[in-house]
Amino acid sequence: MLALILALAAAATPVPPGEQPVDPYAAADANAGATPVAGQRLWHAFHEQPGVDRIVDSLVSRAIVDPRIAEIFKGQDIVRLRRTLKEQFCYLLGGGCRYSGREMAASHHNLGIQTKDFNALVDDLQQAMSRERVSPFAQNRLLAKLAPMKRSVVER
Amino acid sequence: MRAGGKLLLTGGISTVEGSGGGGLASWALIAGNETVDGIGGTVHATYVPLADYSLTSEGVAIGIRDRLELSYAHQRFDTQKVGAALGLGRGFSFQQDIIGAKLRLAGDAVIDQDSLLPQIAIGVQYHIADRDAVIHAIGGAHAKGTDFYLAATKVLLAQSLVLGGTVRLTKANQFGLLGFGGDAHNHYSAQFEGSAGLLVTRRLLLGGEYRTKPDNLRFAREDRALDLFAAYAVTRNLTATAAYVDLGDIATIRHQRGALLSLQANF
Repeated sequence: MLALILALAAAATPVPPGEQPVDPYAAADANAGATPVAGQRLWHAFHEQPGVDRIVDSLVSRAIVDPRIAEIFKGQDIVRLRRTLKEQFCYLLGGGCRYSGREMAASHHNLGIQTKDFNALVDDLQQAMSRERVSPFAQNRLLAKLAPMKRSVVER
Repeated sequence: MRAGGKLLLTGGISTVEGSGGGGLASWALIAGNETVDGIGGTVHATYVPLADYSLTSEGVAIGIRDRLELSYAHQRFDTQKVGAALGLGRGFSFQQDIIGAKLRLAGDAVIDQDSLLPQIAIGVQYHIADRDAVIHAIGGAHAKGTDFYLAATKVLLAQSLVLGGTVRLTKANQFGLLGFGGDAHNHYSAQFEGSAGLLVTRRLLLGGEYRTKPDNLRFAREDRALDLFAAYAVTRNLTATAAYVDLGDIATIRHQRGALLSLQANF
């Protein structure tokens, strides 16, 4: 029955332009891996959707050429990554978006990510946020939401 | 095995005793730049000029898989002009070697942002002081001693705060430079080390530390130690620390305040 619902949901959800199809899954905000911050102050501190879009684009552009972690992104759907990351950050920062991506463990399964890779991505994200002139205190509030996801992302 | 990869500042700096921590207090963080997948380490040099004395500390530490830390430090405490007044001779120095080990038991100070559980570690430091005769003359019981500590360190990212608390079982007089145990007290006591810092940027931590110490010797009262510090990650592999320190009265000489300047290379 669940498989049928998923199949129907997948059939009903067209693949966004430029993205590759993914196996069906149940979309839910809970897949974002953390709950949103309260209020809208942090959303404003990140310059709302235009700011988050710039940060994610900058982050992804850095990460896919970062010699420490570029290999991990080879063959991945970068168009989809940008879209789901923008949704995830918007959702976590109190921007009111829905998250349509997969959960953290599923979306990072078999990528062979180690702690050093996770930290390298944090490093790239910090640079992207600094370039957007988000204050270090606001940056750390987002990092506080993302940090525990390491347990789902890093493979032992 | 992969070298490096820790987030900036999350290996701490080096204490004057060689362990990963602040300048005075040992923290639960494991020294070095390594993650669970590698081996890292630190080399430090610290200079503490005080009103009437000076202290230097040089040392190394190795971090293994962000789990086990092994450290060595050498301290030299120069009595400068006071040495003559104390009857020791001008420029008389007390030195000690400190061999340390620390094991992370639980928690990850940075990752566990969804719980209040801090990173917890236990540690041991074996101190060998070099002035047996003077130590015994001033009422000290031993020139060698072992400290045991339990440290908890938590980064509260949402508040940009770093908080730490350590309980140390020790008999040390002035960090062990004046030996262990004495004519007033010759038993282990539990002493406290507290730290608090604000991550102003990802490279800059401003904070303070407070450390209580035993008062074992009759000839001079021993005070708490405290500092106010700025630790700056100049690069991924170099951290510079400047602090105001107040070590209180030392060997009857009052108000020993000054600076703590430290450079740490880490890999």
